[in-house]
Amino acid sequence: MTLLTRLIRSPEGLAGLIILVILALTALLAPLFFPRDPLAIVGQPLLTPFTDLALPLGTDRLGRNVLAGLMHGARASLAVGIAAAIVAVLVGTVIGTLAGFAGGLIDEALMRVVDAFQIVPGFLLALAFVSVVGASLPVVILAIALGAWTAPARLARAEVLSIRERDYVAASRVIGMHPLEIALKEVLPNALPPVLALSAVIVAGAVLTEAALSFLGLGDPNIVTWGSMIAEGRTVLRSSPYLSIIPGLALVVTVLGVYLFGEGLSEALARRRSRA
Amino acid sequence: MRRAFRLLLQRTISSIPVLLIVVIGTFFLLEAASGDAVDAYLASIGGGDAALIAGLRASYGLDQSVWSRLWLYISSLARFELGWSVTFGRPIGQVVLERLPNTLWLMGSATALSFGVGSLLGVVAGAKPGSLRDRALSTASLALYAIPSFWLGLVLSVVFGVQLRWFPTSGVETIASGKEGLDRALDIARHLVLPVSALGMIYLALFLRTMRAAMAEVWRQDFALAASAKGLSRTRIVWRHIARNALLPLLTMLGVQVAGMLGGSVVIESVFAIPGFGRLAQEAVAGRDAPLLMGIIVVSAILVIVVNLLVDIAYALLDPRVGASEASA
Repeated sequence: MTLLTRLIRSPEGLAGLIILVILALTALLAPLFFPRDPLAIVGQPLLTPFTDLALPLGTDRLGRNVLAGLMHGARASLAVGIAAAIVAVLVGTVIGTLAGFAGGLIDEALMRVVDAFQIVPGFLLALAFVSVVGASLPVVILAIALGAWTAPARLARAEVLSIRERDYVAASRVIGMHPLEIALKEVLPNALPPVLALSAVIVAGAVLTEAALSFLGLGDPNIVTWGSMIAEGRTVLRSSPYLSIIPGLALVVTVLGVYLFGEGLSEALARRRSRA
Repeated sequence: MRRAFRLLLQRTISSIPVLLIVVIGTFFLLEAASGDAVDAYLASIGGGDAALIAGLRASYGLDQSVWSRLWLYISSLARFELGWSVTFGRPIGQVVLERLPNTLWLMGSATALSFGVGSLLGVVAGAKPGSLRDRALSTASLALYAIPSFWLGLVLSVVFGVQLRWFPTSGVETIASGKEGLDRALDIARHLVLPVSALGMIYLALFLRTMRAAMAEVWRQDFALAASAKGLSRTRIVWRHIARNALLPLLTMLGVQVAGMLGGSVVIESVFAIPGFGRLAQEAVAGRDAPLLMGIIVVSAILVIVVNLLVDIAYALLDPRVGASEASA
């Protein structure tokens, strides 16, 4: 049975997968539905949702199409979330594996760096980084990854430490395999699945951090994000709360989808592990 | 108690190099910033002549080399001096100390709420693993966990602040109300209801899930079986045996989540206009006040270390197995 069928068989995994597929389609189709810049003014300001068929979700304070913003925002949220998680997992896995393999002083030094990053609130670090370097998409991605790589690093290190003591690794050492070959062929493939299961949580966290940064006005100012839409809507929160509520709901659904997918994934991986 | 003291000493010493990494890292991060505090100040007053600029630079020590400034910073930190804030025109330590209590109140209340309600609901869910009640609570907690706290804050303030007018939507207390004693405490409590709910909700879900998972773990252990073999009632087993033993992982969680909660309070304080530590970080960013930003990061790192230390000690006191070997070594 493949991982996918295993994933689909758990209700969480299936629900998560459906949500993520819909989101991915939304993100991909956004430029087709709304080829114009979502920041362009298209109608009268503060049009209530469901009153005009051409603008189903209404317009914001400046008369911009909320639905267009929402769909383009899905692109930004998913892109930043996934990219930041990839950077974090990659860096974390490399450093964690290195620490686990090297041992001794290198391990000690690397883990103190991990400690240092863990005791600084990731969001404060991201805030400082973006404000120092200047808000643009790559900077936001790096800033989020800066606070998120420690968990995969710790996990990868723990996995490596436990796997390198197993019999089959000892066996490959006995037959004279090169340490690097053992690391890449024997240890890493077995250490990766738990780290991958963790990456769903990291994607979700990254999406939320991006939204919070944009909400505080520290996102890339040239693109629409859900966080900046919520912040925009906040100025007219009393009269038109829907402007903040709609993009927020999109955020909740996205993060929930990622979590459900992650739960299903780790369940499927656990079942495969217990059978192996 | 001796064991706790040794643990305290040991952890304090081992956190010094970590703190040093934080300080050096922060220093170089802010060093990379284009434009320093003097530039920001000059921009705010509309520029100045060369002599004034050079004088300002010298007074902030900005004319010295990177290394001597790093050394200056570390040595002044060792004397508990955080430097001078440009935006506030006052010592950073003073500004931080003024703002910190509000944030500690916010975080403390949010932790108490989420720990209390979360662990209780976790027991309810974990009492019968796999039951309908368990599945419903677990799914609800997952949904709750997905809600961004700053957005929840906005929604709560629209519903309970603007529509129903039950709670105030900004500040920590009514300004110039002249209230004292209990009246003032109640006033502050009323102001904290919405921000605390918004900040605590995520952690409530987290504690619920941790408690539930820990209970599922304990159910599988021999003494749980022994307890039911003795013919104890299910309620008694759940509360006396399972829940009590499942509480320890929640304590660890408390330490792990401090940094996250501190980060979350930055946004919550902005939503509810609370003059706290997190709001200060945002003001430091807006004012390009690098020394202040650095002080905030260092203080928050110390705060996280201290909370983790307290959690470790509580853990060691509750579970005699923990730390016994470390401390005696």
